[in-house]
Amino acid sequence: MQLKNKILLGACTLFISANTMGQQKDSTDLMNTLEKETGTTVNYTTATFKTTRLVNGHTVENVGKGVLDVKISHRFGTLNKGGYELFGLDNATMRMGLDYGITPNLMVGIGRSTFEKTYDAFFKIKILRQSSGKRNMPVTLSYIPTVALKTLRWADPSRKNYYSSRLFYTHQLLIARKFSAGTSLQLMPTFIHRNLAALKADPNDILAIGIGGRQKLTKRLSLNAEYYYQLPGHKIDSSTNSLSIGIDIETGGHVFQLHFTNSVGMSERTFISENTGKWEKGDILFGFNISRVFNIGKRR
Amino acid sequence: MVKTMNKAIKWLLVLLTIAPALAGTAMAQKYYTKNGTISFFSKTSIENISADNNQVVSVLNTQNGELQFSLIIKNFHFKKALMEEHFNENYLESDKFPKATFKGNITDLAKVNFTTDGSYNVNIGGDLSMHGVSKKISAVGTITVKAGKIAGSSRFLVKPSEYDIRIPKLVKDNIAETIEITVSCNYDQKM
Repeated sequence: MQLKNKILLGACTLFISANTMGQQKDSTDLMNTLEKETGTTVNYTTATFKTTRLVNGHTVENVGKGVLDVKISHRFGTLNKGGYELFGLDNATMRMGLDYGITPNLMVGIGRSTFEKTYDAFFKIKILRQSSGKRNMPVTLSYIPTVALKTLRWADPSRKNYYSSRLFYTHQLLIARKFSAGTSLQLMPTFIHRNLAALKADPNDILAIGIGGRQKLTKRLSLNAEYYYQLPGHKIDSSTNSLSIGIDIETGGHVFQLHFTNSVGMSERTFISENTGKWEKGDILFGFNISRVFNIGKRR
Repeated sequence: MVKTMNKAIKWLLVLLTIAPALAGTAMAQKYYTKNGTISFFSKTSIENISADNNQVVSVLNTQNGELQFSLIIKNFHFKKALMEEHFNENYLESDKFPKATFKGNITDLAKVNFTTDGSYNVNIGGDLSMHGVSKKISAVGTITVKAGKIAGSSRFLVKPSEYDIRIPKLVKDNIAETIEITVSCNYDQKM
C-alpha cells in the first residue's frame, strides 16, 4: 500500500517537472515540428530545359498558362557552300511559330515553315512531372501529337493527287530527367506516319529514338545536343540521322538559341525522317531560334 | 475507512498534478501560424514586380518575445510564370537554398499587453537568412490584439546585393535595388 503510494507520488513529481521543462523549451523546436508538417509537400522540378525546344525538336518544357510564345527560327545554307555563298548565309529557310499555354500542362502550337511550304500544329501534354518530397517521380513525361500539311504544288499535277497525301502525323513521347541544377537528359521515342511515300520501297511509318540533353555553363547559358536515331528497316533508305549542337542564351523574356545542325527542316517529319545532310561531308547548317514570351491570359 | 482516505488522497494528488498542466496549456505562451503571408515588391520606372508566399510558418512567444519565421522560396508565386522560374533558377537558386528564415526577438516586449485589445508598435531585431547569407536586420512591426487573437505585421526593406543575389546589367533597370518586404501573420494557433 505504502509502496504503491510512493510510486504514484514519484510519477506525479516526474510529471510536474516534465511539464515545467516543456515550457522552457526554445521556439526552435516548435519551428522544426511545424516545418516538418508543412515541408511534406510535393516539390516539383522546374526548368529542366530553358525553353520548349532543344534545337529542332521539343523539350518537356511547356509555356505557362496564358503565355504566348512567339518563335522565329532560321536555318542558313550548309557551310560547305564555301565563301561564294558566305558559308551558307546567303540562303535561309525559316519557321514562324506561335505556342500558347492553355493550362500549365497543356500547350498548343502552330507554325509555318518556308521549307516545302509546310504548316504544322501540335499539342504538348504533360503526363508526369518529376518531383520529390511527398511524391517521388523520377522523370517528366510528355506526349506530343503533331500534324503537318505540306502545301508545295504537286510535282505532277496531271496525275490524280489526293489532299490526304499532303498530311503527315508524328507521335512523340518525351521522357526527361533533371539530374542536377545544370544537367538534364531526355529520350524521345518517335513514330511518324506519312500517307504518301515518295518511292514504293519507302515505308509509310518511320520509327526513331531521340536522345538529347543540356548542360548549363552559366546561369543564363547552356550547351544543348540532340540526336535522332532512325531504326533500321523503319526508315527511308537515303535519309540520315539528325544531329545538332547548340547553345541557349537567356535574357529575361527572350531565349536565343544558336546551333549547328545537319537538318534543313524544322518540323519533326522533315528533320527526323527526311534528312539528307551529313556532318562528315560538311552539310552543316548554322541556325538560330528566337523566343519571346507575352503574357496575354490570366494566370490565376 | 483508511482505505477510502488513501484513495481520496491519491486522487487529490493526481488532480493537483494535472491541474497546473491543464492551466499551463490554457495560458499558452507560444502562438503560431502555418499560413502567414510574406510578399515582396520591386518598383522601377520600367515595371513593378511582386510575389506572394501564403505558406509562411511563424512562431511568437508572448512570454519572452521570441519571433521566428520560416518559408519555402518556391512558394513565392508571381503573375508571370517565366518570372517565377527565373526567380528560382537565376536569383534565389531555390534548389540550392530552399528556405529563408528569420530568428529574432521583439526587443520592446514590455510595450505589448497581450490581454488587452489594442495595436502596439514594436521593434524587431534578429537574423534574416536566405540564399546562403545570414544578416542582422531590424524592423518596425505592429502587434494587434483583438478578442484574444494576436496578429503581427511588418514592412521593411532588403537589398538583394547584401544577400549575394546578383542582378545582371541587362535587367538592372527592371529590378529595384531595394525590395520592400511585407509580413502579415495571424497567430491563430497556440501551444
